[in-house]
Amino acid sequence: MSWARNILRVNLSKGTCANEPLNMEWAQKYLGQRGLATKYLVEETDPKVDPLSPDNKLIMATGPLTGTCASTAGRYSVITKGALTGAIACSNSGGFFGNEMKNAGYDMIIFEGKSKKPVYLLVEDDSAQLIDAGDYWGKSCWDTEEGIKAKHQDPLIRVASIGVSGEVGVKYACVVNDMHRAAGRSGVGTVMGSKNLKAVAIRGSLGVQVDDADKFLAAVSSGKAVIADNPVTGQGLPAFGTQVLMNVINESGALPTRNHLDSQFAGASKISAEAMAEAREGDGKTNLLTTSACFGCTIACGRISTIERGHYTVAERPQYQIASGGLEYEAAWSLGAATGVDDLDALTFANFVCNEQGMDPISFGATVGAAMEMYENGDISDKETGGLEVKFGSAKALTELAELTGRGEGFGAEIGLGSKRMCEKYGKPELSMAVKGQEFPAYDARGIQGMGLTYATSNRGACHLRGYTVSSEIFGIPVKTDPTESDGKAGLVKAFQDATGAVDSSGLCLFTTFAWSLDDIAPQVDAACEGDWTPERLAEVGERVWTLERMYNLQAGFTAADDTLPKRLLKDAAKTGPAEGKVSDLGKMLPEYYDARGWTSDGVPSNETLQRIAL
Amino acid sequence: MKHVIVGAGPAGVVAAETLRKGDANAEIQIIGDEPEPPYSRMAIPYLLNGAIAEDGTYLRKTAGHYDDLKIGYSQGRVEAVAAGDNSLTLAGGDKVAYDRLLLATGARAVQLPVPGMDLAGVHNCWTLADAREIAKLAKKDSNVVLIGAGFIGCIILASLLKLAGNLSVVEMEERMVSRMMDGTAAGMLKRWCESKNVEVLTSSRVKAIEAASEGAGDKSVVLEDGRKLNAHLVVLAVGVAPNMDFLDGSGVATDDGILVDEHLATNVENIYAAGDVAQGPDFSTGGHMVHAIQPTAVEHGRIAALNMLGHNPLYKGSLIMNVLATAGLVSSSFGKWDGVKGGDSGAQTDEDNYKYLRLQFDGDRLIGALAIGMTEHVGVMRGLITNRTPLGAWKDRLLANPNRVMEAYVANSQL
Amino acid sequence: MLKSLQINPEKCTGCLQCELACSYENEGLFNPAKSRIKVFNFHDQGRMVPYTCTQCDDAWCMSACPVDAISVDAETGAKVVSDAACVGCKVCTIACPFGTVNYNAASGKVIKCDLCGGDPKCASACPTEAIAYVDANWTGLDKMRGWAEKTDSGAQAEA
Repeated sequence: MSWARNILRVNLSKGTCANEPLNMEWAQKYLGQRGLATKYLVEETDPKVDPLSPDNKLIMATGPLTGTCASTAGRYSVITKGALTGAIACSNSGGFFGNEMKNAGYDMIIFEGKSKKPVYLLVEDDSAQLIDAGDYWGKSCWDTEEGIKAKHQDPLIRVASIGVSGEVGVKYACVVNDMHRAAGRSGVGTVMGSKNLKAVAIRGSLGVQVDDADKFLAAVSSGKAVIADNPVTGQGLPAFGTQVLMNVINESGALPTRNHLDSQFAGASKISAEAMAEAREGDGKTNLLTTSACFGCTIACGRISTIERGHYTVAERPQYQIASGGLEYEAAWSLGAATGVDDLDALTFANFVCNEQGMDPISFGATVGAAMEMYENGDISDKETGGLEVKFGSAKALTELAELTGRGEGFGAEIGLGSKRMCEKYGKPELSMAVKGQEFPAYDARGIQGMGLTYATSNRGACHLRGYTVSSEIFGIPVKTDPTESDGKAGLVKAFQDATGAVDSSGLCLFTTFAWSLDDIAPQVDAACEGDWTPERLAEVGERVWTLERMYNLQAGFTAADDTLPKRLLKDAAKTGPAEGKVSDLGKMLPEYYDARGWTSDGVPSNETLQRIAL
Repeated sequence: MKHVIVGAGPAGVVAAETLRKGDANAEIQIIGDEPEPPYSRMAIPYLLNGAIAEDGTYLRKTAGHYDDLKIGYSQGRVEAVAAGDNSLTLAGGDKVAYDRLLLATGARAVQLPVPGMDLAGVHNCWTLADAREIAKLAKKDSNVVLIGAGFIGCIILASLLKLAGNLSVVEMEERMVSRMMDGTAAGMLKRWCESKNVEVLTSSRVKAIEAASEGAGDKSVVLEDGRKLNAHLVVLAVGVAPNMDFLDGSGVATDDGILVDEHLATNVENIYAAGDVAQGPDFSTGGHMVHAIQPTAVEHGRIAALNMLGHNPLYKGSLIMNVLATAGLVSSSFGKWDGVKGGDSGAQTDEDNYKYLRLQFDGDRLIGALAIGMTEHVGVMRGLITNRTPLGAWKDRLLANPNRVMEAYVANSQL
Repeated sequence: MLKSLQINPEKCTGCLQCELACSYENEGLFNPAKSRIKVFNFHDQGRMVPYTCTQCDDAWCMSACPVDAISVDAETGAKVVSDAACVGCKVCTIACPFGTVNYNAASGKVIKCDLCGGDPKCASACPTEAIAYVDANWTGLDKMRGWAEKTDSGAQAEA
């Protein structure tokens, strides 16, 4: 139990939907969601496949805890070969879609092939059908979700869809569910679009059971108490959301600013959580309207925001004069600090558009930042930008480009390539702040050394959610380490990466780990799932998942040479703040990391290691 | 004070209970004309399909309920009311005096004015006695012809189908349940029934029932177009008529039913009427209508009793509403489901999945609704209609997306 | 003093822990689709509203039931459906002007909130006290009572 033990396999080329039993032997080794779906992808596809070819597959997967009453247990992930990176991609989303998939009786849905014409999948418990999506192709995620709910006369259908950006091939298109929750990174929405799959709509009413209900309820209850009592999950995140980080990281000298030219942003306080809660001059209202939770979440870090009605972005456009998903820290950083824009409502608008059209705001904002640097350097001109002044600090450039990119129009089509392809196109590859083609999130590798190693070694390209050493280096969770020092970070990164691999395979949200260690999570998994699940076993699952992803990437053609950072972080020292004068110490950390992982100096897992973790 | 209640259906029983609650000492007497304890006709389909036994149809389940409340119950048929001396006469000649009289005599199932109604194996489906006869004949693989696809016909359809298997339905109107369904809804319902292997013959009139069959069964239903349907059992569900013949000469005014005012009082002093026999205030039109439905019977019974007690509350009128499941397909209707002139209407139709919802508005107020396949939160349509809730911005949302009606209600009542 | 469910939408984050707890208590598995309490999410207004039966005094569901299948729990005041007596006629679902009695096609019976016998699981599962089980005289009930009065087809003269 807790697993539905059932897979829905959808062949888009043939237009068929079929059920098959979940491989329970694999489930015991890879748990679920990220790990288990990766195993399926590895077994079923050629790692060298073109991400946008019909031979690539896309898997939506829940974890065994998804749909239970464990705190945050509503997650699902989208696993495929990433369009942005060409590496293994696994993007995790909250909202209510994952729970619905589980309640309809599926651990995962595997999409293969490519539909001849746009379709969406409608799942109502054991009935699944592909339906013509002609009415929704060319529409935003918001219109698609509302349209499908209206068409099927059920406001409680949960929808995950791609926006126009995913149709037109923006390389970092997301899959958006519940209006503003997204499997955001690596271009999983682009892959979905390449298959002519517009949306997945699910209504589930079969329910989710666990193996030992009494034990499970007790473990969940203890876990919830730990979350409530923890200052980060019990107070900081509910009150401020992830945006609680903006001022903290800026003060730490690790807020990458203007395409990483600087590591502190003078406008940080204007785009921070505190600013979101302050009354605006114009209408006296706050940007932050309320907080909201994903399914089952007792933290509630989600922000619901409004834009001032007189703001230039929405004054003439009532459709945006609504409350919707507000800024998370990473988005506030990428749309704000990375571009030098400190207009909170402009950032909120760009974030709305990213949600509406299904774009990863991190890659979008960071790519705009790179374009701004090129524009200021004269590498591109008004000719390329269509007359738009793409300068650092220009809110107008940011919001205009958000809309253009969302539709794949004008210079937006260039921004939609992502920074790596765009910068290469204009002869400035060094200006792309990315690893394996994926843009950095909101932590400067010079100011938080562990994150540099996390980025360089992340299997899905630069990412904060693959080993969030910020917890330790800034917050002291579980132990405080010095962010400007590289000593000991290799082991720290490995531990975080492995634990994350386990959490991402369980159905829980990574944010629980501010409060929970695997010691808190294991009893919940153990009670829910057959088999004995100890913290050690979960860590081993995490390591196995991580290594499986690594093997996939190696087979896809990545090498140790790709475990690196842009020159700017390795050569140009931070100019201000606690990390002033520092560069990333990746050269020292990387060999230590390979060693800690039991990999060769070329970054290849040794046979011994593979045997140890039963791969 | 002596209260006499004629009729042992929901209106009569609720009235008796309300009277007792309001007056511990009054004498309360119910006179019913069936041998069983007060029961619900609405439960008969579930008796037929075996979900409950006969006692499952009883209106009150607690043993000694009426005795405990000192409510007298006797079997008898009223033949006349003498308003002048506050008394009524029972079949057999007994006289019963009253201070206050409540007429809750309900309705009876009508017959068709064609030959063959008296043949064996031709039954209404109205009383427990009818149900027993139907149960005897509706055996596996027997042919059943159901005449009438109105409310009652559609509700018992599933039971007949389950018991017999071979079921034909004959309806003279061009669509099923014409009193609560528009063409879209009725078409969906017909298609649904056909998908369950029920033969549905609309716009078909019965000419006669003959004691001969060309196939299985011992009789046949002859239609006006000449077709013959072989049958072991014929079930009639062609409508009901109020039981008010005994009022001839009493001076009590009648029309489609017994006319009552906003106090549920008739035109004759001390005489009230309630339930299926009463033609009372109609919420939607302000006129007077017979609403032969359970919620109205209960409201009538309660309000009439309060008036009989001298509290004199005003009745705002009943909202016509219905819910039925036809071979598993749930449908419901409320108020002016067919709309009013000048009003707006919004609908959503999903033929493939047998889902339909139509909302009718007068200005920005909901006045009627018709739903197929909806089982969640249907009651709010009643709430929105009877509260005359101004929907404001929600009206346009509902015109575009009728299925958001529960959200509209929550937004208007809770935000 | 009877207790009742006090709902403060302002505190609701929309997490659905109440629906999980309710469905587990009543159905034995986690299944929000079968929850008696529902959270309505007004996405573009940023409002979440938990909503369930308030065990109203008028109890249209109870009086409309033709087979005496809904009764008052003397200890909690909850209007409780007897599965044994319910025939599934659904009249209560159209009679309840609050829309809180629903037909469950799987069981062929209606379902509604029964206050879990005096220990409502939605309230204990709520992480933000948006749902609380308190003495019945809280003022928020007035909203529901106002709605009930307007729905009532005749003045309440029994008091």
